[in-house]
Amino acid sequence: MIELFQQIINGLSLGAIYALIALGYTMVYGVLRFINFAHSEVFMVGAFSGYYLARIFPHQTIATGLVILAASMAICAVLGVLIEKLAYRPLRNRSTLTVLITAIGVSLLLQNLGQVVFGPNPKAYPALFPEKNILLPGNITVSSNQIVVLCVTIALLWVLHYIVTKTRIGIAMRALSFNPTAASLVGINNDFVISFTFALGSALAAAGGILYALNYPSIDPLMGTLPGLKAFVAAVLGGIGNLPGAALGALIIGLVETFVRGSHWSTYTDAIVFSILILILLFRPAGLLGKLETEKV
Amino acid sequence: MKNWREQLFWAATLSCLVWAAGCGKGGNGTGAAADTIKVGEFASLTGKEAAFGQSSHKGTMLAVDQINAAGGVLGKKIDLVYEDDQSKPGESATIVKKLISRDHVVAVLGEVASGRSLEAARICQENKIPQISPSSTNPKVTETGDYIFRVCFTDPFQGKLLAEFGLKTLNAKRVAVLTDVASAYSVGLADYFKQPFVAGGGTIIGEQKYSGGDKDFKAQLTAIKAENPDAIFVPGYYTEVGLIVLQARQLGIDVPIFGGDGWEAPELIQIAGDSLKNTFYSTHFSPLKETAEVQTFVKAFQAKYNGESPDAMGALGYDSVLVLADAIKRAGTTESAKLRDAIAATDINGATGRTKIDAHRDAPKAAVIITVENGKFKFLRDVQP
Repeated sequence: MIELFQQIINGLSLGAIYALIALGYTMVYGVLRFINFAHSEVFMVGAFSGYYLARIFPHQTIATGLVILAASMAICAVLGVLIEKLAYRPLRNRSTLTVLITAIGVSLLLQNLGQVVFGPNPKAYPALFPEKNILLPGNITVSSNQIVVLCVTIALLWVLHYIVTKTRIGIAMRALSFNPTAASLVGINNDFVISFTFALGSALAAAGGILYALNYPSIDPLMGTLPGLKAFVAAVLGGIGNLPGAALGALIIGLVETFVRGSHWSTYTDAIVFSILILILLFRPAGLLGKLETEKV
Repeated sequence: MKNWREQLFWAATLSCLVWAAGCGKGGNGTGAAADTIKVGEFASLTGKEAAFGQSSHKGTMLAVDQINAAGGVLGKKIDLVYEDDQSKPGESATIVKKLISRDHVVAVLGEVASGRSLEAARICQENKIPQISPSSTNPKVTETGDYIFRVCFTDPFQGKLLAEFGLKTLNAKRVAVLTDVASAYSVGLADYFKQPFVAGGGTIIGEQKYSGGDKDFKAQLTAIKAENPDAIFVPGYYTEVGLIVLQARQLGIDVPIFGGDGWEAPELIQIAGDSLKNTFYSTHFSPLKETAEVQTFVKAFQAKYNGESPDAMGALGYDSVLVLADAIKRAGTTESAKLRDAIAATDINGATGRTKIDAHRDAPKAAVIITVENGKFKFLRDVQP
């Protein structure tokens, strides 16, 4: 029983990080109808920004941790906008497949640039927040990092929800995802909204990168690939293009992964996570919360 | 226009031919009449096990420099051709093929990780080029064939001494094992630990698995914690071990955690820090040992690398060159069959003590047990074979 609760806590904190990445995938899909595979590299750059920014502050307090987090999110927001401007905007009127392949190219470019700039060897990640273990009744341990992960994720999800539902730019994003042509007809600047979407998604990925590195403090330029793919599975599981779906899917993936790892099939963890992708595509292609769209002829 | 193109075509063809002829000549010439002896080295200079590869490579370079400064072997200088395999499976095979067929090396040195040494061993055996692994401990490496040697002890010895250490020193009767299934070294060492441990009266109460490159071990550790073990045995490499120890302590597991020579790298302390209290590992060498050979080597190493102290991988890299140079001297030639026989008859003293190659082409020698105290490695004791 204690083991079960402990695994749920482990799974939720992993799922929360996947949620931050999955939201970026799903938002870009919502407005542009393609999967931004370079997203997992933005996640990696976020973690590395935190690594280098941490050198400015020798002593960690909650305040410096939050400053580093915010600064890395800003850096990655700029990176996200740049990627969109340089790589995807020139291809705006081409087929989705062209953009998809470009996204894979950008992903490989960033991975290899990362190996040149940051060096290919794993680096030990500094503790950005003061660390402490909290013992709950029943011998369940929660590390302060897990609490940071859950708090930051919930706060960011709330901010995101507010932006998307209550602000003008959020309404514009939703309008664009319903119908880009109609959106531009009523005076929405599509290019600006798309840039904003990339900035928002990339900032979330940066937060995910830092939180991931805090929990698993060894980072390298290829660290984004696997969490990125799993977050992608989570986005598809929840229904790609659907924001609450991405968060739900991510929590499910985090829990499934943790429970499989703690069982006798631990070596098949990744295989089981990716079979979820295949099963969902076979039996419920729209995902758990997604609506199936029929192509109009 | 057509004429111009034709001319260009002939010019290109001709220059290719000239270049190819030049290459062929160079290639044939180096083996016999060159004034250097080409030795190949493949090492994990970057990537997951870079700390090992770098350290081993530094030891190798130091030995080559010392030998060349003293006039080389058979009146020729050693020319070390080295390449990085990025700690990736598949790369070592490509590199070793290239070292043998293009660079015509007389022998191959490498690797640290057993999995990658095994990959290269098959190629060296096929080409009848002697390979000396500095620090691969899995027995399968030298079982590949009669051209494959190592200058360190093997995992059956290491597993047995760790089992005894667990039973007697840590007084642990119930031990959980966490194995890296993607590494030949880890799987092998886990097996060689379990047999003597169970035979000595211990019980293995939980076996959990992970794959090299994983970062989240909390699920496995939570399952281990539920079994309430006396100690945890982690036969892995430092990158993952650091994260495992850290996460174990975060989950409130404070029992001893111990493992083998894959732990030894400064990165372990960088990643896990204070969590390493109450952890132990066995390895080949400690720079803190006060014998004359060890201290001469440590001084030379520190002089060459800005005061950096060598670890076991550095010492074994150094010894692998000494063994090869000594064998070339005794054979009087670099011809592969004679060189192989000479390596098989090795009995020299090096940085890690006496290296005597046995019938299995291994080098049984003493191990040391290291613990971590206040963020520093600390020599605990010697274990004789």
